[in-house]
Amino acid sequence: MELRDVSARIGVTTIVRGVDFAVEANEAVGLFGANGAGKTTLLRLIATLLPPAAGTGKVLGSDLVGPGRYRVRARIGLIGHVPSLYPELTLRENLEFVATVVGSPAGSVDAALASVGLAGAATRRARDCSYGMQRRAEFARELMRRPALLLLDEPHTALDDSAVAIVEHIVSATCAAGGGAVLVSHDRGRVEALTSRTVELVGGSIR
Amino acid sequence: MSREAGGGFAQTLAIARRDLLREQRVGEVAWITIPFGAIAVLLVPLAVGTDLPTLTRIGPGLYWAVVLLFGVFIAVRKTAAETPAQRDLISLLGLDPVAGFFGRAAASSILLLGFELVVGAVAVALYNIDLARWPWMILVVPGAAIGLALLGTLAASITANLSTGPALVPFLVAPLAVPLLLAATQAMDSLRPGDSILPWVLLMVAADLALAIAGVLTARPLQETR
Repeated sequence: MELRDVSARIGVTTIVRGVDFAVEANEAVGLFGANGAGKTTLLRLIATLLPPAAGTGKVLGSDLVGPGRYRVRARIGLIGHVPSLYPELTLRENLEFVATVVGSPAGSVDAALASVGLAGAATRRARDCSYGMQRRAEFARELMRRPALLLLDEPHTALDDSAVAIVEHIVSATCAAGGGAVLVSHDRGRVEALTSRTVELVGGSIR
Repeated sequence: MSREAGGGFAQTLAIARRDLLREQRVGEVAWITIPFGAIAVLLVPLAVGTDLPTLTRIGPGLYWAVVLLFGVFIAVRKTAAETPAQRDLISLLGLDPVAGFFGRAAASSILLLGFELVVGAVAVALYNIDLARWPWMILVVPGAAIGLALLGTLAASITANLSTGPALVPFLVAPLAVPLLLAATQAMDSLRPGDSILPWVLLMVAADLALAIAGVLTARPLQETR
């Protein structure tokens, strides 16, 4: 993916200003910045969920604003810092829903949950799971989906040491399969160990 | 690495199943909306008196007015709402917005149908509504449920990103539901032998089709403006 001189607004406020940013195949990039620097907005822009106010860009071969972005989205995985699970559904039902929508084999759900250590909690409702367990379930979802571009917002938050290994696994697996990853974090040590390079976002611009 | 999204019909079923599971776990419609709807129908005789001919005459209109008002609550129920993170996920799953629209409307239709049947039984018993030609109701009751669900889903999608949120839904639904309300009330009123029910059934089918087409045409733009 590549962004050229891209800006993004939320309402009337410009959050991201004139950003040039690229992620090559097989590459993981760390993105740092203070609170309010525009990291999450930049991730949503890369995910084509937010149209740029200015500039151009391509994600997985598709223009950021063209109709091709609708097809490309199914190849982008985003784990934000707010869980997107349905709290009333069990962890298995959450993943079964995703599997049906994306056309994954039914058996992939239990395998994905087991791979993040949640086999024993599959029938527990998401609302009854800790934040860390919900994060694990979201990693299971992306392991099942195997996106070509993985976007992780604060991936290490609320994870214990064993779960941190899951982050390493999913990032390395995505890159090894020819994809790319962007990790937004305040945990420099962990992210620098996972990525080939890092960039700093200051006041919406890359420094 | 690339993965094709599931088929449109499978996606529609997945969305409908998700919404019904969420509702089943919370019971918002079963334990709140339906009982209050039944109470609303029960309260009418207290307001207008217990004169049975009067109740029989106004019964169909009152019943459908209650269905319309409570149908709005069903359309904007908490278990049909999505957080911004959930909306982002839906977009990134490659869900066909049209499948999403019909899936949400299908779930609401089933819930509305349940509401209509329970509250309808109360209304028939209380207002002595003449159901001599009841087989027509097999078309009218689901037709109204589908139409109100399509309309409610459309209105909920339009208002999803507004700061006023669901509060605006009744203002959108009420005027657009007039053809449905008219068709349903007149159809029920025409159940007496000798009256023609067919024009009202056709009006309802036309309204349902128009709402379905509006949902198809606006599904993508509404998803993108969320």
